[in-house]
Amino acid sequence: MNFDKELDARGLNCPLPILRTKKALAEMTSAQVLKVVATDPGSVKDMQAFAKQTGNELVSSAETGGEYTFFMKKK
Amino acid sequence: METKKLAIIATKGTLDWAYPPFILASTGAALGYEVEVFFTFYGLQLLRKGDLAGLKVSPLGNPGMPMKMPFGPKWFKGINWNIPNAVQSLVPFYENVATSLMKMTIKNNGVASIPELRTLCLEADCKFIACQMTVELFGFDHSQFIDGIEYGGAATFFEFAGESDICLFI
Repeated sequence: MNFDKELDARGLNCPLPILRTKKALAEMTSAQVLKVVATDPGSVKDMQAFAKQTGNELVSSAETGGEYTFFMKKK
Repeated sequence: METKKLAIIATKGTLDWAYPPFILASTGAALGYEVEVFFTFYGLQLLRKGDLAGLKVSPLGNPGMPMKMPFGPKWFKGINWNIPNAVQSLVPFYENVATSLMKMTIKNNGVASIPELRTLCLEADCKFIACQMTVELFGFDHSQFIDGIEYGGAATFFEFAGESDICLFI
């Protein structure tokens, strides 16, 4: 999937992946896509909750080998 | 949509209890909430200038706290050191040792430090209010606290909390 920016949140724990995602999105323009890679299993549910509450679109969410990859489209 | 509001009262001044107010405040801000935290009694310690090295964790009289080592092989890390209160209370600098171990565990788990979370809160425009009454009660001076905070009383808290969507006492 195409993305405009990538955020490495590996090794970070709650709430840092969400805070860094928010910060990264703030520097982007509407409809741009942010890729986030995290290792915190709690980030799966948190990313969904973040998207739902902020209006940004969680385009996809996948896990491979203990790493979680998210694509978030900015509102 | 009107901006949601999160109001928190932070009353604890230990390393472990410093986490909930700062985690919730920073996350609330990231979710678009307007956040105000009222620091009172021991919670004032969280507003002290510097690296907050004075924040400690005490396992004494805290049966819910697992005492595990942050280093060594897996089997060693898994041991829960069940040390009786009577022993904990007699060992000099026990809290300092427990705090050092806790800080190592925090780092190993990729959990943010308290100064880091506090900075993130301030960068996200969380509003911090120190309880003026307890500042005086404990003999503190405004110069001991970080810049950019306000001082007020219970009525100041109600002004914001009365219109909040979430209100927490920690």
